[in-house]
Amino acid sequence: MASPSSTGARLDIAGTLLGMRRMAPMALFVIAFGLAFGVAAAQRGLSDVETLLMSALVFAGASQFAVLEIWGPEIPLVALIATTFAINARHLLMGAALYPWLQHLPTRQRYASLVVLSDSNWAMAADDFRRGERNVGMLVGGGLALWLAWLIGTLIGVIFGSGITDPERYGLDVIMGCFLLSMLVGGARQLSILIPWSVAALSAFVALRWLPANSHVIVGALAGGLAGLWLPAKGTRNTRRAS
Amino acid sequence: MSLPTTPLGALLAILIMALITYLTRSGGVLIMSRVPIGPRMERFINAMSGSVLVAVIMPTAVEGDWGARLALVATLVAMLLTRKPLIAIAAGILSAALWRALVG
Repeated sequence: MASPSSTGARLDIAGTLLGMRRMAPMALFVIAFGLAFGVAAAQRGLSDVETLLMSALVFAGASQFAVLEIWGPEIPLVALIATTFAINARHLLMGAALYPWLQHLPTRQRYASLVVLSDSNWAMAADDFRRGERNVGMLVGGGLALWLAWLIGTLIGVIFGSGITDPERYGLDVIMGCFLLSMLVGGARQLSILIPWSVAALSAFVALRWLPANSHVIVGALAGGLAGLWLPAKGTRNTRRAS
Repeated sequence: MSLPTTPLGALLAILIMALITYLTRSGGVLIMSRVPIGPRMERFINAMSGSVLVAVIMPTAVEGDWGARLALVATLVAMLLTRKPLIAIAAGILSAALWRALVG
């Protein structure tokens, strides 16, 4: 982990506003992703309020898209928990990387700041931290900007999506799969990650064919994670790009 | 065990997701204030977060129609070429729509 040139951290309004401004260009893209999610959720039968509530409270695109895949007449509880946890487990590493910085904040500010921790604002905040910045406004302000954009995008998507009666014809049923695949490819840092992913694909396939419904998510995630233990050690937490 | 997709069931599912997601957001800092996350755990989590996406996409690849499969291939190729998720997703949607309009 990089050693910061100064210790200490603080959170204030000015820094937060600056963080929001620095995140603005990225937030425009997030509106488009939110739109895609709103459309996909509407096609999946979620009500407008449910879709907006999910975006507002969960605020984690990949896991929201993934949960739509298992959202049917019933919602399997174990698969819901496992999917949400496994996809968002990367936050654990991101938070851990910021610990030397955030430990200087009062406890309440520290855990409140983490409410809006997300890929892009984490990447920019981690960069600030490495350069010795004390103000954690990038994390909080950037996160707020992303959250707002995600919510606005979802709202537009919901309005737009509930008007479409024939989603397959326009290819809109594939949004979820394409979104998740693009996140997957965009997150790949080294070729060796293909080994755990292949293991995950194979075990998910086996589970899909021969094990109980929806177990493929847990089986694939665990098998891939275990396969990852045999990969060569290489820290990635400081090199992740905003995605 | 599963929740019914009633308004209450859906609300409960969303609250569970929100809680778990916040636990992942705050968990890293919380754990580090007690024990540091070791390199083995880091490798496991890194591999797992991609693997779950692979697993979630599998049904589309295995059970989807050729339009959906083509969409995944188009997304993959576009993503490798441009590294821009929005372009890749657009390519996927367009491929599925075109395939279904032209081939059926």
